[in-house]
Amino acid sequence: MAEIPAGLDTFPKLLLHHARARAERPAIREKDLGIWQTWTWQRFADEVRSLACGLAEHGFKRGDHLALIGDNRPRIYAAMCAAQCLGGISVPLYQDAVAAEMAFPIQNAGITHALAEDQEQVDKLLEILPQCPSLARIYFDEPRGLRHYAQPQLMDCDKLLAIGAEALERDPAFLDVEIAKGAGSDTAAMFFTSGTTGVPKGVVLTHAALINRAKAAAQMEGLSDEDVVLAYLPPAWIGQNIFSYAQPFVTGYCICCPESSETVMSDMREIGPTYYFAPPAVLEGLLTRVSIRMEDAGSLKRAMYRYFMDVARRVGGAILDGRPVGAFDRLLYRLGDLLVYGPLRNVLGMSRVRVAYTAGEAIGPDLFVFYRSIGINLKQLYGSTETSVFVCIQPDGQVKSDTVGPAVAGVELKFTPQRELLIRSPGLFKEYYRNPEATALAKDAEGWYHTGDAGYFDADGHVKIIDRVKDVGALSDGTLFAPKYLENKLKFFPFIKEAVAFGNGRDRVCVFINIDMEAVGNWAERRNLPYAGYVDLASRDEVYTLVAECIEKVNLDLSQDRELANSQIHRFLVLHKELDADDGELTRSRKVRRGHIGEKYGALVDALYGGRQVVHVEAQVRYEDGRTGMISADVKIRDAKTFPAAAARKAA
Amino acid sequence: MGEQARRVGEVILAVERVSLSFGGVRALFEVSFDVREHEVRAIIGPNGAGKSSMLNVINGVYHPQQGTIRYLGREYHDMDPHAVAASGISRTFQNLALFKGMTVLDNIMAGRNLKMRTNLLLQALRIGPALREEIEHREVVERIIDFLEIQAYRKMQVGRLPYGLQKRVDLARALAMEPRVLLLDEPMAGMNMEEKQDMCRFILDVNDQFGTTIVLIEHDMGVVMDISDRVVVLDYGKKIGDGTPDEVRAKQAVIDAYLGVSH
Repeated sequence: MAEIPAGLDTFPKLLLHHARARAERPAIREKDLGIWQTWTWQRFADEVRSLACGLAEHGFKRGDHLALIGDNRPRIYAAMCAAQCLGGISVPLYQDAVAAEMAFPIQNAGITHALAEDQEQVDKLLEILPQCPSLARIYFDEPRGLRHYAQPQLMDCDKLLAIGAEALERDPAFLDVEIAKGAGSDTAAMFFTSGTTGVPKGVVLTHAALINRAKAAAQMEGLSDEDVVLAYLPPAWIGQNIFSYAQPFVTGYCICCPESSETVMSDMREIGPTYYFAPPAVLEGLLTRVSIRMEDAGSLKRAMYRYFMDVARRVGGAILDGRPVGAFDRLLYRLGDLLVYGPLRNVLGMSRVRVAYTAGEAIGPDLFVFYRSIGINLKQLYGSTETSVFVCIQPDGQVKSDTVGPAVAGVELKFTPQRELLIRSPGLFKEYYRNPEATALAKDAEGWYHTGDAGYFDADGHVKIIDRVKDVGALSDGTLFAPKYLENKLKFFPFIKEAVAFGNGRDRVCVFINIDMEAVGNWAERRNLPYAGYVDLASRDEVYTLVAECIEKVNLDLSQDRELANSQIHRFLVLHKELDADDGELTRSRKVRRGHIGEKYGALVDALYGGRQVVHVEAQVRYEDGRTGMISADVKIRDAKTFPAAAARKAA
Repeated sequence: MGEQARRVGEVILAVERVSLSFGGVRALFEVSFDVREHEVRAIIGPNGAGKSSMLNVINGVYHPQQGTIRYLGREYHDMDPHAVAASGISRTFQNLALFKGMTVLDNIMAGRNLKMRTNLLLQALRIGPALREEIEHREVVERIIDFLEIQAYRKMQVGRLPYGLQKRVDLARALAMEPRVLLLDEPMAGMNMEEKQDMCRFILDVNDQFGTTIVLIEHDMGVVMDISDRVVVLDYGKKIGDGTPDEVRAKQAVIDAYLGVSH
């Protein structure tokens, strides 16, 4: 890693450094009209300077908040830095949130200025304008469709840049003075947590915290300005922000913005990132697509794929970890690399990936092993918005599928008797914005952050997370019930998109299943099974049988685990609609809101435990434009085969 | 809407007393209406009302037995499809007429055909002026791809795309001609609600951004009423209504044609 001079304690100072030290190196690339356009660090800094001066002309001052709503675009990142130049705070918001969800952060932070990517986002802001009187300025990056909007708050970003450039010419020293006033202890950014429970909270992070963690991880992985990252997840999510803002600022590497959210796959192949992050859901989606395409391939290719994936599963991980492997297996793996793994990595756009992380949710062991076995250095990390991400990272050569690794340099960890993980780190958040009660609950007097995650240290000192402390429960006979663990096991099957497990305080475990429309639809087509749509497909007996087979495999697996043998799944149903964040069933980062689902579909839960075979259900759905509609269906319930713990052990 | 009304200009296209029959079947009977520059003009009516026939007359595919068409001040008895296209009228098709085996990009590039100046040989060899020209055309096409948000499908075969997207490609190809008047034949047919909303937005954006005059046929009343400046209503080949959406909606003959009337 190229050394960064000391004393650069804020992001704007780091930017000025890169604009000097690597002026002509790429900082951001964006695919526009089919061609990758490059912003050098020099250009990036110029853009930031103009934006900052423009904002200052419009009354943006130290301590003000700038809301950023949009996909990964160079302008969005430039504006983040522009706000920070003036001592302001950037507040990225989820671009796929509905208008009502944006009102809270804007009111909470008293946001005065906002940058919206396009008409869609502007419309949302205008919709909530009456509830958000503080919002005085809305800038937009993409003017399309906005020509006739007459609201006085609106302004084209290009115009803001022009105003800024003019101001900069008039008083070139102003901005440098403002940047110099900044200190590491200033607040840099605020991220609203998706709020698995209750209202969202604004997590306040300082420059020092973000820079400290970004540096620690960059040093550990040896990142340099030669690295390339694809920025494809929402900028409002701390993970994306670390990888596409904080870390490029401490190392000088280049981030690439895809053309649109639909082109990510092909853009990734074109760019060939060297440093990659994906939550398990994305990795799972990729694997599902690969599996589907393989099933459609010719028999020779299928046989080759099966054979060499077996080889990879056996020795791939060991080869990646540098552990000893027999000469013949090595040769086989080399051949497999030529015929299968190499082309597969290429299709996935991962040919050049040196370090890849996954986090956010526990990852299924098979999924994890798949990527590692084909030679992608996928590792797990642990962290959250409150910790500036990096708390634990698996070091190269010490990668396990069921842990998240030891603490990163600078982090202290301990567990409470209830198995809750506590963290003390220079990367910890300052507070929850205007929410001292929540801050006091999360961060104790000694500076320990209470994560709410349950787990323990394994024999090698790696942290193993099993579930949320509040979700870990017990069946009525007292055996351990870790719902997320079960759900993750189910979700590894390509046919199952989401699962929701119930069982706390009950005599047995039952689950809701969401089928994966793409995978099951494809499966049905190949069997000439006609279906009208999602609801119809989800209720087919054939699909129930398919799901039952998946559940039985999970049960067989569970029966071999002494702790979990009793939490085998007894009954299940396939939901008639996809769980959706717009209906409040998933969080914006696609985590299942189990409690909410349990209440909303109380009738279904009762039917699962009441022994009924079919139940009628009506549910409200919310469309993307905010309107609502009703959907009703008859949902069938089936029993799943369970295995006696002892017999299974004998069979194995 | 008010904003757009201000931009509406002079009459650009006028159909006067046009009649068309196929043997004994009378498709159109003395239909007259006009289209003003920059407006969104809809032709609606129940099935078999003569909407597509009307479009085909304007487009020069059908030749009416009676009546005239005035376009840009010139009077025609019937139109020649090639000349119509060259004079700035392009269209999309109800049942799509795309090259299914070609990519999205190539289909849209095909829409630039009339604008290509270099000869076929140079184009085939992609040398000198032909290459420069192709780059220019490609840029126009890329802007359209960006405009219609089909970047992800650029290199995909059109036949493999879902119907809603094929409709969008069809629109893209029509736009590639940079038309002055765009004829849309049931642009929303067979789409779900979300696709319809997207298509409405694209049509309004095209109208707004490029000032393209739009004549569209639709049988979905709701959609048409939302986006059109003026509406013509046909029933059994005759015009039974003409005016703003509100005027048309209030007219008894239109209500009868759509809801049926007890005899």
